[in-house]
Amino acid sequence: MKLRLTVLALAAGLSLAVAVAADAKTFRYATGADLLGLDPHSNNEGPTNAMKGNLYEGLLHRRPDLSLNPSLATEWQQTAPDVWRFKLRQGVKYHLGQDFTADDVVFSFARQSQATSDMAYAVASIKEVRKIDSHTVELVTKGPDPVLLQNLPLFYIMSKSWVEQNNAGTVERGAGKTNYPNVNANGTGPFRVVERVPDTRTVLEPNAVWWGNATRETNITRAVFQPIGNAATRVAALLSGEMDLIYPLPLQDVDRIKAQGGVQVMQGPELRTIFLGFDQWRDESLDMPGSKKNPFKDVRVRKAFYQAIDINAIQRVVMRGASAPTASMVAPGIQGFVEDLNKRLPFDPDGAKKLLAEAGYPNGFPVTLDCPNDRYVNDEAICLAVVPMIKRIGIDIKLNAQTRSKHFNKISLTEGNVTSFYLLGWTPGSYDSLNALMNLMTLSNRGAGHGEYNSGRYNNARVNELTDLIKVEVDQVKRNAMIREAFKIHQDEVGHIPLHQQALAWGVRDSVAKAWQRPFDDVDLRFIVMK
Amino acid sequence: MAETEILSSPGARLVDVVRRFFEGDVFYSFRRSPVVIVAFAVTVIFFLGAFLAPWLAPHNTFDAATLNLLDAFKPPAWKADGDRSFPIGTDDQGRDVLSTIMYGMRVSLLVGFCSVALALAIGVTLGLLSGYIGGALDALIMRVADVQLSFPAILVALLIDGLARSFLPRSMHEELAIYVLVLAIGASNWVQFARTMRGSVMVEKGREYVQAARVIGIHPAMIMVRHVLPNVTGPVLVIATLALAVAILTEATLSFLGVGVPPTQPSLGTLIRIGNNFLFSGEWWMTIFPGAALVLLVLAVNLLGDWLRDALNPKLR
Amino acid sequence: MLAFIVRRLLQSIAVLLAVGFIAFSMFQFAGDPVNNMVGQDANAETRALLRERLGLDQPFPIQFVRFIGNMLQGEFGVSYRLGMKVEQILVQRVPATLELVLIAALLALSVGVPLGVYTGLHRHGALSRVMLTVSLIGISLPTFLIGILLILVFAVWLGWLPSFGRGKVVALGWWTTGLTSWDGFRALILPAVTLSLFQMTLILRLVRSEMLEVLRTDYIKFARARGLTSRSINFGHALKNTMVPVITITGLQIGALIAFAIITETVFQWPGMGLLFLQAIQFVDIPVMSTYLVLVSLMFVIINLTVDLLYYAVDPRLRIERSAVGAH
Repeated sequence: MKLRLTVLALAAGLSLAVAVAADAKTFRYATGADLLGLDPHSNNEGPTNAMKGNLYEGLLHRRPDLSLNPSLATEWQQTAPDVWRFKLRQGVKYHLGQDFTADDVVFSFARQSQATSDMAYAVASIKEVRKIDSHTVELVTKGPDPVLLQNLPLFYIMSKSWVEQNNAGTVERGAGKTNYPNVNANGTGPFRVVERVPDTRTVLEPNAVWWGNATRETNITRAVFQPIGNAATRVAALLSGEMDLIYPLPLQDVDRIKAQGGVQVMQGPELRTIFLGFDQWRDESLDMPGSKKNPFKDVRVRKAFYQAIDINAIQRVVMRGASAPTASMVAPGIQGFVEDLNKRLPFDPDGAKKLLAEAGYPNGFPVTLDCPNDRYVNDEAICLAVVPMIKRIGIDIKLNAQTRSKHFNKISLTEGNVTSFYLLGWTPGSYDSLNALMNLMTLSNRGAGHGEYNSGRYNNARVNELTDLIKVEVDQVKRNAMIREAFKIHQDEVGHIPLHQQALAWGVRDSVAKAWQRPFDDVDLRFIVMK
Repeated sequence: MAETEILSSPGARLVDVVRRFFEGDVFYSFRRSPVVIVAFAVTVIFFLGAFLAPWLAPHNTFDAATLNLLDAFKPPAWKADGDRSFPIGTDDQGRDVLSTIMYGMRVSLLVGFCSVALALAIGVTLGLLSGYIGGALDALIMRVADVQLSFPAILVALLIDGLARSFLPRSMHEELAIYVLVLAIGASNWVQFARTMRGSVMVEKGREYVQAARVIGIHPAMIMVRHVLPNVTGPVLVIATLALAVAILTEATLSFLGVGVPPTQPSLGTLIRIGNNFLFSGEWWMTIFPGAALVLLVLAVNLLGDWLRDALNPKLR
Repeated sequence: MLAFIVRRLLQSIAVLLAVGFIAFSMFQFAGDPVNNMVGQDANAETRALLRERLGLDQPFPIQFVRFIGNMLQGEFGVSYRLGMKVEQILVQRVPATLELVLIAALLALSVGVPLGVYTGLHRHGALSRVMLTVSLIGISLPTFLIGILLILVFAVWLGWLPSFGRGKVVALGWWTTGLTSWDGFRALILPAVTLSLFQMTLILRLVRSEMLEVLRTDYIKFARARGLTSRSINFGHALKNTMVPVITITGLQIGALIAFAIITETVFQWPGMGLLFLQAIQFVDIPVMSTYLVLVSLMFVIINLTVDLLYYAVDPRLRIERSAVGAH
């Protein structure tokens, strides 16, 4: 590996551990799409979110093992069921020199909770942020909130004076206005932006005055992030040595790359669960006009579809062994995941045919599977593999695979869930099962945050009731028991067909000594160590 | 002379044409050129293979029920872990590559030929009118062409696909794709024919033979079709044979963007696009065979096109 | 001549309006931008609010009139994807694409025209046939495959050339160029070759076909009879007369290259307009798409005007013709 040696004056004030490395270490990495912008409060999207964590910080930080650690807050305690008190770190400075104080926290809460902020969901349970003194704040929640801390790493702190100087107090999205912080960054994080050319590169250098420099793990002196949309080109850039790390690595290339010298593959589970869903509310299926029938209202039909799918074949062939077949709608690692419910119904095409006959469809019925073709790992290939399996139990199945901007609109509430059978993937943003219950298993008429992607409109009175209880239950044991009960009901009714958790695959050159892969598929530069 | 031909019966004309063909220079030049004979044979084989696929192909890969995912990624039969029932291997879904190529060729040929025919029909007609009549009509046609040029096939396909989907029932959507593609690719290709045609017609128009025809009072439509058209087909034919290749490849690109043929019924271009994902992983047969089939097809059609153009051109005899 | 240009410019306004109108009606079918702009956790109210702020809740005619009105005031809007002003983004992308297309077109012409003349003159030569056949292979493989194969050979196996991007670029005012440094020039080679292959074949075959015809015309025979050197006949008379269709097609193709070098730019992550446009389609970035399409149609209008003017320059017969038309 030829290391690109760039002459770089090391900023004074770096910790000794870093200063030992006399040569500059440039870390180049690539993923499929560019950032949507640098404003931490504006977008909520993969690569954009990953970059925020390098530049900005929250009160807490989530380490690669998902544990929560102090960041801009050094300690915290719950003083009342709905009040949390945070001591803020002293002596923290922003990249442009402003001091970090409690005012910034109050201000950032107001900014992030604006309706135009796509990150508002992360602070939605907070009613108010009170400044106690210059380095103490209190967070008052709208009610007891058992998952408050889980969301705090996503509450990003910006400098009040910097934002106000640049008239960027409102998060401008739409309405033909631009947002100053979207193209400029000023956080407290371990890296600062030195150059950004959209769709070409974003160049970062270490923050010389970062509070965590004394214990920081990374030794890179410059990081260059470049989007490379075409997967094959991305792999080529890794193999040719132009990139130190790329993600995602196409699964089919994993074996070849492992066999190649100089390049390693890092694989790990992602927290996203891929599943199939059915229309369970229309009285007449979209694919059977005039029939007055919707077969998916019958649990036996849903079960037949479940048992027709050979998940192990999909895992071996389509996912090249790099997926974890699952019976659960949330991944292990998500708060509330139930190990003993993670047992799939057996693969049994003959049984499936019998179930269909019992339900009154011995000769099957027509159905269309809606599928995205550019969203998840091998999404179209999964659907293509499902089609013959369903066809073999006598169903007249067609496939409608399209780009994400059309697929998600079609199956979402926007267009009224116009689908009978669809593929979708979900990662609970808060790493808690409640998020999945609200979004996927209850109806939208139950309030904000409910039923956004319950595209088949699964609806069960007891699950509804349990979801409302789980929202406010702070006793973790009781809460987990309720989550378990809700998941059990959903599973028995075959509300969805969980398929698998997809795997992350990163291609890493030997120039990288250590990289941590977090299950949300982002590169946190503070954990990258180069040789 | 023109009137006697119009009056004679169609049957007699056909016999006449066939007789003239076998006795004529065209057939003579065909027999004399081995390259052309090979190209012709290749084209015929591909056409037969494609259109008789349901009877000739070892597997029906468009029938999902016959596929087995566990057959996926089998190498060609002569390799150690190959399987004799899949002579040149299987793809990522367990489809026999040979059969998929045959079925895919069908889709590609259909889309390719129909869209080029459409583009030719529109382009040649408008180009001829535009170049010959000129004036306001020319301006109108050329400005419409400018509008058309501003839209790539992808957007045209999105528009046609969107319109068709909102007007036709859901059960017809899967069959729609091919017509959408033919319309979209045809619509985005006519301009180059029209503009080329127009340029050449403007040159021909000033020639003595056209002026002579005009002077003796032949109807302008007749002059255009019988006198100008045969003399300006050269460049148009060059573009047409290449356009066939382009149409087939455009179809692959569109499939990639989600407005192409359904992935359950892949075309040749789609197969190459899928195989492209497996270039680094060692399953070369998924790209090489469909790619070779496409190269051979395009080569054969273009060689035939070249020969036909030279053979039909009165000036080159 | 001046009246002709003025008339064409007036017609162009109608063209631009028509493009804007058709573009807008297409966006109804491209998908929903709101879904791309929000994350999975956004609720229905957030989506509705965003839709309203983007003006997407308005009926189609109002959206269209608004768009035209803004454009007349020089307001091209803000990209949904990047949150930056569209003109700012376009200005960044124009140099990359123009440089790529320029090099590709030069490559195509400098190889295509001589080979076309050669194959036209030596119609039955073995070398001509080989050239004609080989040139076809370049266009019978999809661009994405050719691009990847070139990357595989020259970037991965040989390690001679970079696999993506523009390399080092130097800023000259708002223009950025990769031509002044070796690193930037190296990065241009693979994409330019990929992009030029099709044009090269097309030009080669067009020139050949025209040469074949022209060489048999009477005035070439006269020229021979007059005892002019064959070189002067071939290049001075014959080649010049093949130029009308070649100019038409090259003009169109250069336009198409600038506007829609989508696949090449995507494969090589070339930060030009084709890549921008593809991303805009995928994201349903309406301001970028609409501004872009209107600019592209403006470009085609200009190119076609230039082509029509060039006709006069290379072919004296058209000049007479045009004056005849004018006398109608």
